[in-house]
Amino acid sequence: MEANTYDAIVVGSGISGGWAAKELCEKGLKVLMLERGGPYEHVKDYKSALREPWDLPHRGRTTTEQKKKYPVIHRGWAASEAVMDGWVNEEDCPYTELKPFTWWRSYRMGGRSTLWGRQSYRFSQMDFEANERDGIAVSWPIGYNDIAPWYDHVEKFAGISGSIENIAHLPDGQFLPPMELNCVEKDVAKRIKREYGDKRHLIIGRTANLTALIPGRSKCQFRNRCWEGCPFGGYFSTQSSTLPAAMKTGNLTVRPYSLVRQVIYDKNTKKASGVEVLDTENNQTYEFKSKVVFLCASALNSTWILFNSATDIWPDGLGSSSGELGHNVMDHHYNIGASGIVEGYEDRYIFGKRANGFYIPRFVNIGNDKRDYLRGFGYQGSASREGWGREIAELNIGGDFKDALTEPGQWTIGATAFGEILPYHDNKIALDKERKDKWGLPVLAMDAELKENELKMRKDMQEEMKAMLAIAGIKNVNTWDNGHAMGHGIHEMGTARMGLDPKTSVLNKWNQVWDCLNVYVTDGACMTSSGCQNPSLTYMALTARAVDHAVSELKKINS
Amino acid sequence: MERRTLLKMIALLTGGAVIGGDAFLTGCSSSKERDLRERLKLTPKQIVFLDEVADTILPTTQKSPGAKAAKVGSFMTVMVNDCYEAPDQEIFIDGMEKLEAACKKMHHLGFLEATAEQRLALLTAIDKEAKEYAQKKGAAPNHYYTMFKQLTLLGYFSSEIGYKQALRYNQVPGRYEGDVPYEKGDKAWA
Repeated sequence: MEANTYDAIVVGSGISGGWAAKELCEKGLKVLMLERGGPYEHVKDYKSALREPWDLPHRGRTTTEQKKKYPVIHRGWAASEAVMDGWVNEEDCPYTELKPFTWWRSYRMGGRSTLWGRQSYRFSQMDFEANERDGIAVSWPIGYNDIAPWYDHVEKFAGISGSIENIAHLPDGQFLPPMELNCVEKDVAKRIKREYGDKRHLIIGRTANLTALIPGRSKCQFRNRCWEGCPFGGYFSTQSSTLPAAMKTGNLTVRPYSLVRQVIYDKNTKKASGVEVLDTENNQTYEFKSKVVFLCASALNSTWILFNSATDIWPDGLGSSSGELGHNVMDHHYNIGASGIVEGYEDRYIFGKRANGFYIPRFVNIGNDKRDYLRGFGYQGSASREGWGREIAELNIGGDFKDALTEPGQWTIGATAFGEILPYHDNKIALDKERKDKWGLPVLAMDAELKENELKMRKDMQEEMKAMLAIAGIKNVNTWDNGHAMGHGIHEMGTARMGLDPKTSVLNKWNQVWDCLNVYVTDGACMTSSGCQNPSLTYMALTARAVDHAVSELKKINS
Repeated sequence: MERRTLLKMIALLTGGAVIGGDAFLTGCSSSKERDLRERLKLTPKQIVFLDEVADTILPTTQKSPGAKAAKVGSFMTVMVNDCYEAPDQEIFIDGMEKLEAACKKMHHLGFLEATAEQRLALLTAIDKEAKEYAQKKGAAPNHYYTMFKQLTLLGYFSSEIGYKQALRYNQVPGRYEGDVPYEKGDKAWA
């Protein structure tokens, strides 16, 4: 094979990129995986994961210097001493906020696959039909039956623990044994069932933590320190799962520090011939050639690459002929919910740290339930006993105060909602040509916000949880709403949507760019609607499905 | 425990937001900054002072060693230097003098010369004062004692002694059980 030439190029090494590489390699293609950040090796580079918590000089808090260096990350809850190296250098990689937008980025091997929340839910036929039924945006070009076998495929490999529930709008999957609800959660689940029958469910979260052995990996050890990297390989990440599988084939080449500047488009063949890479260490430019390109650089960055590609033909970039490239930004809005105090259970406690909680699947706008807004939301939460930071009645200082704090406090329970955001054409990202990053490249400008449908939904997101907790006998129920800037849900998607018509969508039903069929986009950018379920599992399934298609197309050409 | 839960809990306990939890810019002149930097280099005696303050808040009991054994004074120094913004750093440093002055006023002795009972009486009074202050302060500056107390709690319970002796620690639990018996007096999981 010619130097710098491969069968396939995968841009990005996160959840989608890892899947693309594994599937392509296992089908016998020679694959180049490009990662814009540096290496982050499984186990060896998990610096804090086997250290003791008290070895951290600031015991998990970040420093004033880090707060200045990572202002975006400090807007939320993700700034923690042990994981700061994992977040993007915000000085080197700025972006413009025409409207507030919280963009959580990890530019290193594995992308956000070592920093994800691991909650894994299937979309249902209801979700794939939603746009068509509501007359919103465009229809999904696929239905549940198209993706179901691919959900099976990725779940079996990734290892998703969960319970079989037979809920039509939250399909069951190929689950490892479920984790356990704790004693309080079990009783609250019973009370919710008693009140709402089959209309509402409180179930254990479905999570990509192993509750049974998968070859080459260990079971989840219930340390709840996933974000530091799991030395046991106890949860799905590129490092623990897809990368070793791809490497095993002998077909994978990984190139770090490789920022893809554009897809190289060949006017004559109307296909991509490869990609142009800026080496972020030596600032040299390289070209790599391939028969097929998978863009898995994260929803907004895959779109950024398309903006910068084939601009001599389409000034707004490859895939822009529809007028939809960069539009329809979605996320899940949250930071809203309710919590309260649980009476009793003083003689009950837990063992181990469960990196998971309960899930209450969507129940609004389903069946006879009708609201004054479209779509819905689910809840994620947990019950636990209070720790040493609580108030102790009558004690503020001294030995009795200290001894009281060494025992667990009362049980509390709370949940936050994750709501669907509709795809709005005017929620968009574009290039800010005035502003450049460290390498002189134009940065993204974010221009997206919650609109009336989401704001109406937020009232219910708060009130319904409050009502359910009250029905379950929870006392002192508090609600909160900390507002939601787009992106804060870390589920950004939609900027190169799939559709049935090249005039109104960027990708076809196989995730191919309509205008350049050997370029596939299989990360969050491809989403036509957002559902309210955590979306990574869907990206995995769509990626595996797209690879299967790409390889069969290549075979047709070769035969 | 998740960090955000922790911050919320500490905030609740001390009646306000967690100091150092928010970043903001300061307008210090450079000579003032240099002066502050010098004052932030705490002497061994000042660290002993902080250890004793912390040990009054969380003393050794029959059940576990206190804050001094967990080297909370040194921990406070690191945190104030690295994680506090300049205005709070100043309040913290001035606070040691204020506390010393308050002790002299109440007991006619410096804090380090006072007995354990005298220290407890003093800090019990200041604890009350700081809590009341925090509840109505709004945007006013933080109370120095709130800083001492927050850092004492964090420093103690996140120390090795805190994890292993005050609380129960299991680095690799290996499983989860959601319903196990608990008897009054059993320690909480770290």
